[in-house]
Amino acid sequence: MAFISNTIQLFYEWGPNFLRGTMATLQIALGSYLLGIFIGTCGAVGKIYGGRSLRFSLKIYTTVIRGVPELVLILLIYYAGSSLINLALEGVGLNPININGVAAGVIVIGVVQGAYQTEVIRGALVAIPKHETDAGIAFGMSRFKVFRRISFPAMLPLALPGMANLWMICTKETALLAVVGFEELALVTKQAAGKSRMFLEAFTIAMVIYLCITLASNVVFKLIEKRTTRGHPKLDGS
Amino acid sequence: MVWDWLPTYASRFVDGFWVTIQLFSMSLFFGFMLAIPIGLVQVTGPKWLGLIARGYCTLFRGTPLLIQLWLLYYGLGSIFPHFPALRESMFWPILVAAFPYAVVAFTLSVAAYEGHVMAGAFRSVPKNELEAGRAFGMSRFSLLRRIWLPRALQNVLPTLAGEAVLTLKSVPLASTITVFGVYGVGTLVRQDTFLVYEPLLFVAFIYLCLTGILVYLFGWLERRVPSESMK
Repeated sequence: MAFISNTIQLFYEWGPNFLRGTMATLQIALGSYLLGIFIGTCGAVGKIYGGRSLRFSLKIYTTVIRGVPELVLILLIYYAGSSLINLALEGVGLNPININGVAAGVIVIGVVQGAYQTEVIRGALVAIPKHETDAGIAFGMSRFKVFRRISFPAMLPLALPGMANLWMICTKETALLAVVGFEELALVTKQAAGKSRMFLEAFTIAMVIYLCITLASNVVFKLIEKRTTRGHPKLDGS
Repeated sequence: MVWDWLPTYASRFVDGFWVTIQLFSMSLFFGFMLAIPIGLVQVTGPKWLGLIARGYCTLFRGTPLLIQLWLLYYGLGSIFPHFPALRESMFWPILVAAFPYAVVAFTLSVAAYEGHVMAGAFRSVPKNELEAGRAFGMSRFSLLRRIWLPRALQNVLPTLAGEAVLTLKSVPLASTITVFGVYGVGTLVRQDTFLVYEPLLFVAFIYLCLTGILVYLFGWLERRVPSESMK
Protein backbone atom coordinates (compact mmCIF):
# COMPACT_ATOMS: atom_id res chain seq x y z
CA MET A 1 0.00 0.00 0.00
CA ALA A 2 1.26 3.44 -0.90
CA PHE A 3 0.39 4.85 2.52
CA ILE A 4 2.65 2.44 4.39
CA SER A 5 5.63 2.82 2.05
CA ASN A 6 5.19 6.62 2.10
CA THR A 7 5.14 6.60 5.90
CA ILE A 8 8.31 4.53 6.09
CA GLN A 9 10.02 6.75 3.55
CA LEU A 10 8.98 9.90 5.41
CA PHE A 11 10.23 8.48 8.68
CA TYR A 12 13.50 7.52 7.00
CA GLU A 13 14.02 11.05 5.65
CA TRP A 14 12.83 12.96 8.71
CA GLY A 15 13.92 10.44 11.35
CA PRO A 16 16.50 12.71 13.07
CA ASN A 17 13.94 15.54 13.28
CA PHE A 18 11.31 13.26 14.80
CA LEU A 19 13.89 11.96 17.25
CA ARG A 20 14.91 15.50 18.24
CA GLY A 21 11.28 16.48 18.67
CA THR A 22 10.57 13.41 20.79
CA MET A 23 13.57 14.13 23.02
CA ALA A 24 12.46 17.75 23.46
CA THR A 25 8.94 16.59 24.32
CA LEU A 26 10.22 14.07 26.89
CA GLN A 27 12.63 16.60 28.39
CA ILE A 28 9.94 19.22 28.91
CA ALA A 29 7.40 16.67 30.12
CA LEU A 30 9.81 15.27 32.72
CA GLY A 31 11.02 18.69 33.87
CA SER A 32 7.58 20.20 34.17
CA TYR A 33 6.22 17.07 35.85
CA LEU A 34 8.88 17.27 38.57
CA LEU A 35 8.29 21.01 38.95
CA GLY A 36 4.56 20.26 39.16
CA ILE A 37 5.10 17.70 41.93
CA PHE A 38 7.25 20.21 43.84
CA ILE A 39 4.65 22.99 43.50
CA GLY A 40 1.89 20.50 44.25
CA THR A 41 3.54 19.25 47.43
CA CYS A 42 4.14 22.80 48.70
CA GLY A 43 0.62 23.79 47.66
CA ALA A 44 -0.98 20.81 49.37
CA VAL A 45 0.93 21.42 52.61
CA GLY A 46 -0.02 25.09 52.41
CA LYS A 47 -3.66 24.26 51.80
CA ILE A 48 -3.81 21.95 54.83
CA TYR A 49 -1.56 23.66 57.39
CA GLY A 50 -1.34 27.21 56.03
CA GLY A 51 -2.92 30.34 57.42
CA ARG A 52 -6.04 31.94 56.08
CA SER A 53 -4.47 34.22 53.49
CA LEU A 54 -2.19 31.47 52.18
CA ARG A 55 -5.11 29.07 51.86
CA PHE A 56 -7.13 31.72 50.05
CA SER A 57 -4.40 32.52 47.53
CA LEU A 58 -3.77 28.83 46.89
CA LYS A 59 -7.48 28.36 46.30
CA ILE A 60 -7.42 31.13 43.70
CA TYR A 61 -4.34 29.57 42.06
CA THR A 62 -5.88 26.10 41.71
CA THR A 63 -9.32 27.39 40.69
CA VAL A 64 -8.07 29.77 38.02
CA ILE A 65 -5.55 27.33 36.55
CA ARG A 66 -8.10 24.53 36.42
CA GLY A 67 -10.81 26.75 34.92
CA VAL A 68 -8.87 28.46 32.12
CA PRO A 69 -7.82 26.69 28.90
CA GLU A 70 -4.22 25.48 28.92
CA LEU A 71 -3.49 27.25 25.65
CA VAL A 72 -4.46 30.63 27.16
CA LEU A 73 -2.46 29.90 30.32
CA ILE A 74 0.60 28.88 28.35
CA LEU A 75 0.55 32.15 26.40
CA LEU A 76 -0.10 34.22 29.54
CA ILE A 77 2.60 32.56 31.64
CA TYR A 78 5.02 32.59 28.71
CA TYR A 79 4.72 36.34 28.06
CA ALA A 80 4.17 37.42 31.66
CA GLY A 81 6.99 35.20 32.92
CA SER A 82 9.57 36.36 30.42
CA SER A 83 8.72 40.05 30.83
CA LEU A 84 8.76 39.74 34.63
CA ILE A 85 12.21 38.17 34.54
CA ASN A 86 13.49 40.85 32.19
CA LEU A 87 11.93 43.55 34.37
CA ALA A 88 13.77 42.10 37.34
CA LEU A 89 17.03 41.97 35.38
CA GLU A 90 16.61 45.59 34.30
CA GLY A 91 15.92 46.49 37.90
CA VAL A 92 19.33 45.24 38.98
CA GLY A 93 20.98 46.82 35.94
CA LEU A 94 21.51 43.74 33.73
CA ASN A 95 20.70 43.35 30.04
CA PRO A 96 17.42 41.61 29.18
CA ILE A 97 17.84 38.00 28.11
CA ASN A 98 16.04 35.75 25.70
CA ILE A 99 14.55 32.96 27.75
CA ASN A 100 15.71 29.50 26.78
CA GLY A 101 12.91 27.51 25.13
CA VAL A 102 13.18 24.39 27.26
CA ALA A 103 13.22 26.36 30.51
CA ALA A 104 10.19 28.40 29.41
CA GLY A 105 8.29 25.26 28.44
CA VAL A 106 9.13 23.54 31.71
CA ILE A 107 8.04 26.53 33.80
CA VAL A 108 4.84 27.14 31.83
CA ILE A 109 3.60 23.54 31.95
CA GLY A 110 4.99 23.02 35.47
CA VAL A 111 2.88 25.87 36.85
CA VAL A 112 -0.23 24.38 35.21
CA GLN A 113 0.61 20.88 36.47
CA GLY A 114 1.24 22.25 39.96
CA ALA A 115 -2.41 23.22 40.37
CA TYR A 116 -3.64 19.72 39.54
CA GLN A 117 -0.89 18.08 41.64
CA THR A 118 -1.90 20.27 44.60
CA GLU A 119 -5.38 18.78 44.55
CA VAL A 120 -4.18 15.19 44.03
CA ILE A 121 -1.57 15.40 46.82
CA ARG A 122 -3.90 17.27 49.17
CA GLY A 123 -6.53 14.56 48.79
CA ALA A 124 -3.95 11.87 49.54
CA LEU A 125 -2.46 13.72 52.53
CA VAL A 126 -5.88 14.24 54.09
CA ALA A 127 -6.59 10.51 53.77
CA ILE A 128 -3.60 9.46 55.91
CA PRO A 129 -4.81 8.24 59.34
CA LYS A 130 -3.95 10.88 61.96
CA HIS A 131 -2.46 8.44 64.44
CA GLU A 132 0.38 7.67 62.02
CA THR A 133 1.65 11.25 62.11
CA ASP A 134 0.82 11.50 65.82
CA ALA A 135 3.17 8.57 66.41
CA GLY A 136 5.95 10.50 64.69
CA ILE A 137 5.32 13.58 66.83
CA ALA A 138 5.29 11.40 69.94
CA PHE A 139 8.77 10.17 68.97
CA GLY A 140 9.95 13.77 68.99
CA MET A 141 10.28 14.16 65.20
CA SER A 142 10.23 17.69 63.84
CA ARG A 143 7.27 18.65 61.63
CA PHE A 144 9.45 18.50 58.54
CA LYS A 145 10.75 15.08 59.50
CA VAL A 146 7.22 13.80 60.10
CA PHE A 147 6.34 14.96 56.60
CA ARG A 148 9.43 13.48 54.97
CA ARG A 149 9.46 10.16 56.83
CA ILE A 150 5.75 9.47 57.38
CA SER A 151 3.25 11.63 55.52
CA PHE A 152 5.04 11.67 52.16
CA PRO A 153 5.67 7.91 51.83
CA ALA A 154 2.23 7.08 53.26
CA MET A 155 0.58 9.43 50.79
CA LEU A 156 2.34 8.07 47.68
CA PRO A 157 0.23 4.92 47.09
CA LEU A 158 -2.95 6.99 47.50
CA ALA A 159 -1.79 9.75 45.17
CA LEU A 160 -0.20 7.50 42.57
CA PRO A 161 -3.24 6.85 40.32
CA GLY A 162 -3.88 10.59 40.10
CA MET A 163 -0.21 11.33 39.57
CA ALA A 164 0.02 8.74 36.79
CA ASN A 165 -2.94 10.40 35.13
CA LEU A 166 -1.24 13.80 35.39
CA TRP A 167 1.91 12.45 33.75
CA MET A 168 -0.18 11.33 30.77
CA ILE A 169 -1.77 14.78 30.62
CA CYS A 170 1.67 16.35 30.93
CA THR A 171 3.17 14.50 27.95
CA LYS A 172 0.17 15.41 25.81
CA GLU A 173 0.13 19.01 27.01
CA THR A 174 3.64 19.61 25.69
CA ALA A 175 2.08 19.48 22.21
CA LEU A 176 0.45 22.84 22.98
CA LEU A 177 3.90 24.44 23.05
CA ALA A 178 3.91 24.02 19.26
CA VAL A 179 1.43 26.90 19.16
CA VAL A 180 3.97 29.28 20.75
CA GLY A 181 6.56 28.06 18.25
CA PHE A 182 8.55 25.73 20.45
CA GLU A 183 10.21 22.90 18.54
CA GLU A 184 8.87 19.75 20.10
CA LEU A 185 7.30 16.69 18.53
CA ALA A 186 4.05 18.32 17.38
CA LEU A 187 5.76 21.27 15.67
CA VAL A 188 8.47 19.09 14.09
CA THR A 189 5.68 16.91 12.70
CA LYS A 190 3.87 19.90 11.30
CA GLN A 191 7.06 21.11 9.63
CA ALA A 192 7.76 17.66 8.16
CA ALA A 193 4.16 17.44 6.93
CA GLY A 194 4.28 20.87 5.33
CA LYS A 195 7.62 20.37 3.60
CA SER A 196 6.95 16.84 2.31
CA ARG A 197 3.24 17.46 1.57
CA MET A 198 2.57 14.09 3.25
CA PHE A 199 0.16 15.21 5.95
CA LEU A 200 -1.58 11.94 6.74
CA GLU A 201 1.71 10.05 6.96
CA ALA A 202 3.49 12.61 9.15
CA PHE A 203 0.68 12.91 11.71
CA THR A 204 0.32 9.13 11.81
CA ILE A 205 4.00 8.89 12.78
CA ALA A 206 3.43 11.45 15.55
CA MET A 207 0.39 9.53 16.80
CA VAL A 208 2.44 6.33 16.98
CA ILE A 209 5.28 8.07 18.87
CA TYR A 210 2.90 9.66 21.40
CA LEU A 211 1.12 6.33 21.83
CA CYS A 212 4.44 4.58 22.49
CA ILE A 213 5.29 7.17 25.16
CA THR A 214 1.91 6.58 26.81
CA LEU A 215 2.15 2.79 26.70
CA ALA A 216 5.72 2.80 28.05
CA SER A 217 4.67 5.18 30.84
CA ASN A 218 1.81 2.83 31.71
CA VAL A 219 4.29 0.01 32.26
CA VAL A 220 6.58 2.20 34.38
CA PHE A 221 3.72 3.43 36.57
CA LYS A 222 2.49 -0.14 37.07
CA LEU A 223 5.96 -1.02 38.38
CA ILE A 224 6.08 2.02 40.68
CA GLU A 225 2.61 1.20 41.94
CA LYS A 226 3.69 -2.34 42.68
CA ARG A 227 6.60 -1.01 44.69
CA THR A 228 4.75 1.66 46.68
CA THR A 229 1.86 -0.64 47.55
CA ARG A 230 4.06 -3.59 48.55
CA GLY A 231 2.76 -5.08 51.78
CA HIS A 232 -0.68 -3.57 51.25
CA PRO A 233 -3.59 -5.99 51.30
CA LYS A 234 -5.04 -6.57 47.82
CA LEU A 235 -8.45 -4.97 47.49
CA ASP A 236 -10.11 -6.85 44.66
CA GLY A 237 -8.82 -10.33 45.54
CA SER A 238 -7.58 -10.91 41.99
CA MET B 1 -4.30 48.10 30.77
CA VAL B 2 -5.97 49.18 27.55
CA TRP B 3 -9.54 48.07 26.99
CA ASP B 4 -10.78 50.47 24.29
CA TRP B 5 -10.70 47.68 21.67
CA LEU B 6 -13.51 45.84 23.42
CA PRO B 7 -16.54 47.68 21.87
CA THR B 8 -15.03 47.35 18.37
CA TYR B 9 -14.68 43.60 18.67
CA ALA B 10 -17.76 42.95 20.82
CA SER B 11 -19.86 41.52 17.98
CA ARG B 12 -17.00 39.26 16.86
CA PHE B 13 -16.63 37.98 20.40
CA VAL B 14 -20.36 37.19 20.47
CA ASP B 15 -19.98 35.22 17.22
CA GLY B 16 -16.94 33.46 18.63
CA PHE B 17 -18.82 32.71 21.81
CA TRP B 18 -21.51 30.87 19.83
CA VAL B 19 -18.92 28.93 17.85
CA THR B 20 -17.33 27.87 21.14
CA ILE B 21 -20.67 26.85 22.64
CA GLN B 22 -21.74 24.98 19.49
CA LEU B 23 -18.47 23.09 19.14
CA PHE B 24 -18.51 22.19 22.83
CA SER B 25 -22.14 21.10 23.10
CA MET B 26 -22.16 19.18 19.82
CA SER B 27 -19.01 17.23 20.62
CA LEU B 28 -20.18 16.56 24.18
CA PHE B 29 -23.56 15.30 22.96
CA PHE B 30 -22.34 13.12 20.08
CA GLY B 31 -19.33 11.99 22.10
CA PHE B 32 -21.51 10.82 24.95
CA MET B 33 -23.86 9.02 22.56
CA LEU B 34 -20.83 7.11 21.26
CA ALA B 35 -19.42 6.60 24.76
CA ILE B 36 -22.40 4.52 25.91
CA PRO B 37 -21.92 1.69 23.37
CA ILE B 38 -18.12 1.98 23.69
CA GLY B 39 -18.38 1.52 27.44
CA LEU B 40 -21.03 -1.17 27.20
CA VAL B 41 -19.20 -3.49 24.80
CA GLN B 42 -16.19 -3.52 27.12
CA VAL B 43 -18.35 -5.03 29.87
CA THR B 44 -20.76 -7.23 27.95
CA GLY B 45 -21.12 -8.63 24.44
CA PRO B 46 -18.59 -10.31 22.15
CA LYS B 47 -14.98 -10.21 23.27
CA TRP B 48 -13.52 -8.93 19.99
CA LEU B 49 -15.83 -5.91 20.07
CA GLY B 50 -14.68 -5.13 23.59
CA LEU B 51 -11.05 -5.36 22.50
CA ILE B 52 -11.66 -2.94 19.63
CA ALA B 53 -13.39 -0.51 22.00
CA ARG B 54 -10.54 -0.74 24.50
CA GLY B 55 -7.98 -0.22 21.74
CA TYR B 56 -9.91 2.81 20.54
CA CYS B 57 -9.92 4.31 24.04
CA THR B 58 -6.18 3.69 24.46
CA LEU B 59 -5.36 5.23 21.09
CA PHE B 60 -7.43 8.41 21.54
CA ARG B 61 -6.62 8.88 25.22
CA GLY B 62 -2.93 8.24 24.62
CA THR B 63 -2.30 10.86 21.93
CA PRO B 64 -2.71 14.65 22.07
CA LEU B 65 -5.99 16.06 20.79
CA LEU B 66 -4.00 18.63 18.83
CA ILE B 67 -2.36 15.87 16.74
CA GLN B 68 -5.72 14.12 16.22
CA LEU B 69 -7.19 17.41 15.05
CA TRP B 70 -4.35 18.04 12.62
CA LEU B 71 -4.42 14.41 11.40
CA LEU B 72 -8.09 14.78 10.52
CA TYR B 73 -8.00 18.29 9.09
CA TYR B 74 -4.66 18.35 7.27
CA GLY B 75 -4.30 14.61 6.75
CA LEU B 76 -7.75 13.49 5.64
CA GLY B 77 -8.51 16.95 4.29
CA SER B 78 -5.61 16.59 1.86
CA ILE B 79 -6.83 13.15 0.70
CA PHE B 80 -10.43 14.05 -0.11
CA PRO B 81 -9.72 16.35 -3.11
CA HIS B 82 -8.17 13.36 -4.91
CA PHE B 83 -11.61 11.78 -5.30
CA PRO B 84 -13.53 13.57 -8.09
CA ALA B 85 -16.76 11.84 -7.06
CA LEU B 86 -16.55 13.55 -3.66
CA ARG B 87 -15.89 16.95 -5.19
CA GLU B 88 -19.09 16.74 -7.19
CA SER B 89 -21.19 15.33 -4.37
CA MET B 90 -23.47 17.35 -2.14
CA PHE B 91 -21.13 16.72 0.83
CA TRP B 92 -18.30 18.78 -0.65
CA PRO B 93 -19.16 22.07 1.14
CA ILE B 94 -19.01 20.18 4.44
CA LEU B 95 -15.67 18.60 3.55
CA VAL B 96 -13.96 21.91 2.84
CA ALA B 97 -15.22 23.73 5.94
CA ALA B 98 -13.09 23.46 9.07
CA PHE B 99 -15.88 23.36 11.66
CA PRO B 100 -17.10 19.80 10.85
CA TYR B 101 -13.54 18.49 11.21
CA ALA B 102 -13.31 20.10 14.63
CA VAL B 103 -16.65 18.57 15.68
CA VAL B 104 -15.58 15.11 14.49
CA ALA B 105 -12.16 15.31 16.18
CA PHE B 106 -13.62 16.55 19.48
CA THR B 107 -16.44 13.99 19.35
CA LEU B 108 -13.98 11.12 18.85
CA SER B 109 -11.88 12.36 21.75
CA VAL B 110 -14.87 12.81 24.09
CA ALA B 111 -16.12 9.34 23.11
CA ALA B 112 -12.78 7.80 24.07
CA TYR B 113 -12.45 9.55 27.47
CA GLU B 114 -16.08 9.09 28.47
CA GLY B 115 -16.22 5.58 26.98
CA HIS B 116 -13.41 4.63 29.33
CA VAL B 117 -15.28 6.17 32.27
CA MET B 118 -18.56 4.50 31.27
CA ALA B 119 -16.92 1.07 31.02
CA GLY B 120 -15.93 1.36 34.67
CA ALA B 121 -19.36 2.73 35.55
CA PHE B 122 -21.25 -0.12 33.88
CA ARG B 123 -18.95 -2.60 35.61
CA SER B 124 -19.61 -1.05 39.04
CA VAL B 125 -23.39 -1.59 38.96
CA PRO B 126 -24.19 -4.52 41.30
CA LYS B 127 -25.07 -7.70 39.39
CA ASN B 128 -28.13 -8.49 41.52
CA GLU B 129 -29.83 -5.26 40.42
CA LEU B 130 -29.55 -6.34 36.80
CA GLU B 131 -30.79 -9.82 37.74
CA ALA B 132 -33.76 -8.25 39.48
CA GLY B 133 -34.63 -6.38 36.30
CA ARG B 134 -34.31 -9.52 34.25
CA ALA B 135 -36.50 -11.40 36.73
CA PHE B 136 -39.19 -8.81 36.09
CA GLY B 137 -39.08 -9.79 32.43
CA MET B 138 -37.43 -6.60 31.18
CA SER B 139 -36.05 -6.73 27.66
CA ARG B 140 -32.30 -6.07 27.33
CA PHE B 141 -32.97 -2.58 26.03
CA SER B 142 -35.32 -1.54 28.81
CA LEU B 143 -32.94 -3.09 31.34
CA LEU B 144 -30.25 -0.76 29.98
CA ARG B 145 -32.56 2.25 29.86
CA ARG B 146 -34.30 1.76 33.20
CA ILE B 147 -31.60 0.26 35.42
CA TRP B 148 -28.11 -0.18 34.04
CA LEU B 149 -27.52 3.25 32.50
CA PRO B 150 -29.11 5.38 35.28
CA ARG B 151 -27.28 3.43 37.98
CA ALA B 152 -23.99 3.72 36.10
CA LEU B 153 -24.43 7.45 35.53
CA GLN B 154 -25.26 8.05 39.16
CA ASN B 155 -21.85 6.71 40.15
CA VAL B 156 -19.74 8.67 37.68
CA LEU B 157 -21.49 12.02 37.40
CA PRO B 158 -18.61 13.89 39.13
CA THR B 159 -16.06 12.22 36.81
CA LEU B 160 -18.13 13.13 33.75
CA ALA B 161 -18.30 16.72 35.00
CA GLY B 162 -14.50 16.78 35.17
CA GLU B 163 -14.22 15.39 31.65
CA ALA B 164 -16.70 17.98 30.37
CA VAL B 165 -14.60 20.80 31.87
CA LEU B 166 -11.49 19.37 30.19
CA THR B 167 -13.35 19.25 26.87
CA LEU B 168 -14.49 22.86 27.25
CA LYS B 169 -10.92 23.93 27.95
CA SER B 170 -9.60 22.21 24.83
CA VAL B 171 -11.96 24.10 22.50
CA PRO B 172 -9.29 26.81 21.83
CA LEU B 173 -7.24 24.14 20.02
CA ALA B 174 -9.76 24.41 17.18
CA SER B 175 -8.37 27.85 16.36
CA THR B 176 -5.28 26.09 14.93
CA ILE B 177 -7.50 24.78 12.12
CA THR B 178 -9.20 28.17 11.59
CA VAL B 179 -12.29 27.56 13.73
CA PHE B 180 -12.48 30.89 15.53
CA GLY B 181 -14.16 30.64 18.88
CA VAL B 182 -13.62 33.10 21.71
CA TYR B 183 -9.91 32.28 21.80
CA GLY B 184 -9.56 32.70 18.05
CA VAL B 185 -11.14 36.17 18.20
CA GLY B 186 -8.76 36.99 21.06
CA THR B 187 -5.82 36.03 18.85
CA LEU B 188 -7.22 38.26 16.12
CA VAL B 189 -7.39 41.20 18.53
CA ARG B 190 -3.80 40.54 19.60
CA GLN B 191 -2.64 40.61 15.99
CA ASP B 192 -4.58 43.79 15.21
CA THR B 193 -3.81 45.84 18.31
CA PHE B 194 -0.40 44.42 19.36
CA LEU B 195 -1.73 44.07 22.90
CA VAL B 196 -0.26 41.06 24.70
CA TYR B 197 -2.18 40.59 27.92
CA GLU B 198 -5.61 42.23 27.71
CA PRO B 199 -7.21 40.01 25.02
CA LEU B 200 -5.79 36.89 26.69
CA LEU B 201 -7.08 37.97 30.09
CA PHE B 202 -10.50 38.66 28.57
CA VAL B 203 -10.57 35.19 26.97
CA ALA B 204 -9.43 33.65 30.26
CA PHE B 205 -12.23 35.48 32.07
CA ILE B 206 -14.89 34.21 29.64
CA TYR B 207 -13.66 30.64 29.98
CA LEU B 208 -13.54 30.95 33.75
CA CYS B 209 -17.20 32.00 33.70
CA LEU B 210 -18.13 29.16 31.33
CA THR B 211 -16.31 26.64 33.52
CA GLY B 212 -18.11 28.02 36.58
CA ILE B 213 -21.50 27.68 34.87
CA LEU B 214 -20.68 24.14 33.72
CA VAL B 215 -19.58 23.09 37.21
CA TYR B 216 -22.75 24.63 38.65
CA LEU B 217 -24.97 22.81 36.12
CA PHE B 218 -23.35 19.47 36.89
CA GLY B 219 -23.66 20.18 40.61
CA TRP B 220 -27.36 20.88 40.13
CA LEU B 221 -27.72 17.62 38.18
CA GLU B 222 -25.86 15.73 40.90
CA ARG B 223 -28.15 17.11 43.59
CA ARG B 224 -31.19 16.06 41.61
CA VAL B 225 -29.96 12.50 41.28
CA PRO B 226 -30.58 10.61 44.52
CA SER B 227 -27.41 9.08 45.92
CA GLU B 228 -26.74 6.63 48.69
CA SER B 229 -24.74 9.07 50.78
CA MET B 230 -27.78 11.37 51.02
CA LYS B 231 -29.80 8.99 53.12
